[in-house]
Amino acid sequence: MEVRGLERLIGEHPFFAGVAPEYCDLIGGCARNVRFDKNAYLFREGEPADEFFLIRHGRVALEIMAPGRGPLRFLTVNAGEIAGVAWLIPPYRWIFDAKALELTRTLSIDARCLRQKAEENHDFGYEMMKRFTAMLVQRLHAAQLQMLDVYGAGP
Amino acid sequence: MVPVVARVRARRRETRDTWTLAMDAGGLAFQPGQFNMLYAFGIGEIPVSVSGDPAAPGLLMHTVRSVGAVSQAVTRLKPGDAIGLRGPYGTAWPLAEGGGSDIVVVAGGLGLAPLRPAIYRLLAERNRYGRVAVLYGTRSPADILFRREIERWRRRLDVEIEVTVDHADSLWHGHVGVVTKLIDRAAFDPDHTVAFVCGPEIMMRFTATALEAAGVAPERTYLSLERNMKCAVGQCGHCQFGPTLVCRDGAVMRYDRVRPLLMVREL
Repeated sequence: MEVRGLERLIGEHPFFAGVAPEYCDLIGGCARNVRFDKNAYLFREGEPADEFFLIRHGRVALEIMAPGRGPLRFLTVNAGEIAGVAWLIPPYRWIFDAKALELTRTLSIDARCLRQKAEENHDFGYEMMKRFTAMLVQRLHAAQLQMLDVYGAGP
Repeated sequence: MVPVVARVRARRRETRDTWTLAMDAGGLAFQPGQFNMLYAFGIGEIPVSVSGDPAAPGLLMHTVRSVGAVSQAVTRLKPGDAIGLRGPYGTAWPLAEGGGSDIVVVAGGLGLAPLRPAIYRLLAERNRYGRVAVLYGTRSPADILFRREIERWRRRLDVEIEVTVDHADSLWHGHVGVVTKLIDRAAFDPDHTVAFVCGPEIMMRFTATALEAAGVAPERTYLSLERNMKCAVGQCGHCQFGPTLVCRDGAVMRYDRVRPLLMVREL
């Protein structure tokens, strides 16, 4: 059976499509395989955001608890996407929960390790920022559309 | 221009504020995407797309959201009640053009209703098309139109059906997020795809942009537009949209032709 290095898995993940092999090596040095069973939490609100996850298989729901209403689900993240961005900026704490909706296989990236490498190699850090900024802008646009409630009956 | 009198035969609640009425209109034929003017006697007239199966015109189906005086009156009609009806009017989804191509149907909210006749036709003539994907976005699980039918379609192995909602509770195990996100996940060859889009105009603009980013040519993307239609025969001008009249030249229109108009704020 072929044993696939984490660097190769990172290079094959759509989020890192086209990233230079030496950068895959850098990210791979901060990565580990983590599997979550159905209904297991990847992270929970208030906990330190010291890692993020490349979803390889499965689906993850992002939720926030509302008193008396239970968890409100506002986004699902699928294979090929990223779960977790709060590791990017202080105070590095999750502001919502991430729960596996089915068996989910991920690559967990140690955020402290990656931030340290980005500080040491600004070209690498800029490459990371470009990719995360693009994703954040897409999610911001999507969140704005959701907030507009365009499917409502209107005035 | 003179309405015929149709009889309501059945009335089915789809969501909190939306009903489907089945009417006996004497076997009136229509093309998927066309609309009728429904006249609630003594109250007024509204344009409503036909939402039923074009192969079964015996009972004409219209799906109506109760939001104004006329639509409230229409949705309150009971079996046996009479309603004025004239039509069908407008252009149709270009299903013939899609023959041999992959088809991507993107619906938002109530926009699934005008697309349902096209979906019926696509499924009935499945061999004429390549891959078929139906992507549906709506506000919440409780707002999903034609839920049982969607569940039935999802059991087919020859069509991809994906549903996403803007927000949900933990009982919902489907997608949560905007409908454009489903486009990246759908299987189709963008060079050989025809796309049909219907929903709120903001959603259609974002969807058409996302389809173009995925490689679907604007001249192979069709939107169903909505404007203030009154006469429905291109005479009164209420639904003027730049050089076009939506009732006569639409409601189904090619994206590359209407894109400049969609950016004109005064329209």
